[in-house]
Amino acid sequence: MTLELKYLGMIAEAVGKQEEQLTISVKTVEGLCDYLITEHEQLKNHKFKIAVNHKLVESNFLLNNNDEVALLPPFAGG
Amino acid sequence: MSEKKIKNVFVEGPITPEKIASSIAHHQVKTNIGAHDIFLGQVRADDIDGKTVQAIDYSAYEEMANNIFHEIREETFAKFDITCMHIYHSKGIVKAGEICLFVFTSSAHRKNAMDACRYLVEEIKAKAPVFGKELFEDESHQWKVNA
Repeated sequence: MTLELKYLGMIAEAVGKQEEQLTISVKTVEGLCDYLITEHEQLKNHKFKIAVNHKLVESNFLLNNNDEVALLPPFAGG
Repeated sequence: MSEKKIKNVFVEGPITPEKIASSIAHHQVKTNIGAHDIFLGQVRADDIDGKTVQAIDYSAYEEMANNIFHEIREETFAKFDITCMHIYHSKGIVKAGEICLFVFTSSAHRKNAMDACRYLVEEIKAKAPVFGKELFEDESHQWKVNA
């Protein structure tokens, strides 16, 4: 499947980009995170939540082709 | 979920005192209102390891953030008997001493306006995907995290 990845805030800084299109064979958010951590080792040192198509999801969430997946570091609004 | 249009909460740069004043002025025609409450978030010049924060560069996952602000707004209308509410949040650079968040609630009586305003601010801080890079005078930075 192909996913639209969005990196925000300190996560964008850690991976050196704000977005990318990724073609990958995974089922869940957890599988994707495992792949991303091997790809970008520095992500190990960061806390982040995952949003799929603008909704926060748990690690067992099943991904679909063309999903937009965002890695969100701790919030700092206000 | 209501069918109401999702508003854009984000303002480029600081929220000016003039914008706040004009927002207050716009409510003078709404004479069923008896109480307003306003929260203003201001960028603080924190001292961190001998360096002082000069500004915060705000960014957001904007589409999701506007959806979340919309949900928070709907929940607040459901919970409190208020006449209206307004939320503005900065994006981009806001210098120390400038305003980055403006929350404005209005009601017939003070309790609802005050309770709704407090609820909104706490929900925004906890749920909105907004990120802040604290910029120091030597051009280094660190990422702000809400307590």
